[in-house]
Amino acid sequence: MSTVDKHFGSVGAKSAYRQMEESIDLSSMEQHLPGDGATHELLTLNMGPHHPATHGVLRLLVTLDGEIVRDIKPIIGYVHTGIEKTAEQKAYWKAIPVVERMDYLAYFFNAYTFCGAVETLTETEVPKRAQYLRVIHMELNRIMSHLVWLGTSALDLGAMSMFWYCFREREAILDLFEYSTGQRMHTRYFQVGGVMEDIPAGWAAKAKDFAQKMPGRVDQYGALLNKNEILLQRLRGVCPLGEDVLLELGVTGPLLRASGNPWDLRKAMPYCSYEDFDFKIPVGTSGDNYDRFAVRMQEMKESSAIILQALEGLPEGPHITDDRKIALPPRHELATSMEALIHHFKLVTEGFRVPEGEAYFPIEGPRGELGCFVRSDGSSKPARVHMRDPSFVNLQATAAMCQDAYIADLIATLAMMDPVLGGIDR
Amino acid sequence: MEVIRTQLNKPADGDDFRIQQRRSRDLLRGDLSDEELEEYVQSKIITTTLDKAVAWARGNAMFPATFGLACCAIEMMSIVAARVDVARFGFEAFRASPRQADLLILSGRISIKMAPVVRRIYDQMLEPKYSIAMGACSSSMGVFNNYALVPADKFMPVDIHVPGCPPRPEALMHGILKLRQQIQLDPAMSWRERYGAGETIEVMPDEGERLLAEARTEDDAVAMQLPEAPRA
Repeated sequence: MSTVDKHFGSVGAKSAYRQMEESIDLSSMEQHLPGDGATHELLTLNMGPHHPATHGVLRLLVTLDGEIVRDIKPIIGYVHTGIEKTAEQKAYWKAIPVVERMDYLAYFFNAYTFCGAVETLTETEVPKRAQYLRVIHMELNRIMSHLVWLGTSALDLGAMSMFWYCFREREAILDLFEYSTGQRMHTRYFQVGGVMEDIPAGWAAKAKDFAQKMPGRVDQYGALLNKNEILLQRLRGVCPLGEDVLLELGVTGPLLRASGNPWDLRKAMPYCSYEDFDFKIPVGTSGDNYDRFAVRMQEMKESSAIILQALEGLPEGPHITDDRKIALPPRHELATSMEALIHHFKLVTEGFRVPEGEAYFPIEGPRGELGCFVRSDGSSKPARVHMRDPSFVNLQATAAMCQDAYIADLIATLAMMDPVLGGIDR
Repeated sequence: MEVIRTQLNKPADGDDFRIQQRRSRDLLRGDLSDEELEEYVQSKIITTTLDKAVAWARGNAMFPATFGLACCAIEMMSIVAARVDVARFGFEAFRASPRQADLLILSGRISIKMAPVVRRIYDQMLEPKYSIAMGACSSSMGVFNNYALVPADKFMPVDIHVPGCPPRPEALMHGILKLRQQIQLDPAMSWRERYGAGETIEVMPDEGERLLAEARTEDDAVAMQLPEAPRA
């Protein structure tokens, strides 16, 4: 045996997690209920990673007592993409596209939290117009993410037609994205220091038109769903979880707000000029599935209101910082200015250097607190990029929510949690 | 490595063509009649038209598996929505069970942990089955191109690759129409015809070695391509 093999053998000792994972098989095992006179046994059921109701490649090991869920173990990692590691091998501005692909329904948020962390490190001042454009795009993105959630969740609960209505509006939003950024998904519109390009002529009018129509559309969805007896019975009072438990588990976003805690980073720690806008934080009362549903429905209306205000007050000015060390010079300067050419060359070949230090930049994503931690060693590539993804933290609450609920309610709860596996596994 | 693609179903060579000519002349003269005529018609007309009819039906009624992996899955959902409306071509009935599906759309990045699962789903599907690698990741690992991912071609056959990150719904639609064209008009385009993979066989874990050894002794050309027997 060569030395390499020996080395591999010592490293090959399996971690506790790996052992647990490999110890799972699909054979039936007898597990006795606690207490005397047990007449039936628990059943461990594998759900996923290929299951249409898990909204991705989530695998759940469900322990069932008849139809009642006694325990859930989520197994993740099926879309692990190594994005954090890949981002460390790229220059700061080239890492934005890979970071965007983490939570693939919140690409503007991913890009913004990364850019925000880098801007904190470089102490870059972002022009007001760029901040407003960011807000408009992020709120459109939030509506889009909630629309996908609503369409697919309603599908899980048996309401087929919601899917078509939601995707009709989603296409309208993606058309706006395509118009302003050139791409439907993963736009790479946000740059460090601002946005890539100013919005094209006529875009603001189209966005305004959409934002004015959207609250009415949400009312239409409500008219279809809110009086639907089947939907109400599957959501109301199902799988509630109190504020205390949610806070202990670190759950944020609509799930926490559904339990009555109005924690929203847009209000609590305003960033990106959110203090300029007048909007409300929808909260629930009992923290059950219906509240989770209703909070998101209201959030879509509030996001529309923010978009309208931002479009109304959109300031004139540059769309990206004037700092030539960070932002690319405008194209026309390259023909006349030698300095601009040098800056352009330097940025494209090496990228900009970021002073040593570390920064954590949290924002309110569609699913909760989305934060990016960036550590810089002074070079043009980040030393460490880490994302605090809300889906990952919120997934912890599955077992607590579904404890002693029916397995059919597990599907509804999973739908109302809205986990995005790309964000969980990264 | 150079990839040479040749069509296995060549058009009839000289002899066959002359036989066909003679047969046609017999047919026109009225020499070919009764049972012989019946046999000729059976072999020539009905079977070919039946094949065409089956291919037409098959290409127009695909059941894709409800199987989403990552970003591309969202765009895969949009092809069902009203704008692109894949139902126009009969591809809209997504089936949750791989046993009822005959098209696997690999919509997203496939990690090394997921690859065996994907392969198992593909194996569970019944013949005839097809697969589309949607997006850059499942074709070539895309923008990531790192330790965690594996391209679909490494572990399962893929009929159509759709480029994009993620591809627009229209691009996926184009891929789907290409697949339909392949099924209906030109089966020789698919990997099955090229590699002579007509059927799927089930191999139990302890039979693999024996089958490989048999294939090696049967055909020298095959032995060149097969992996060597593991050394003890």
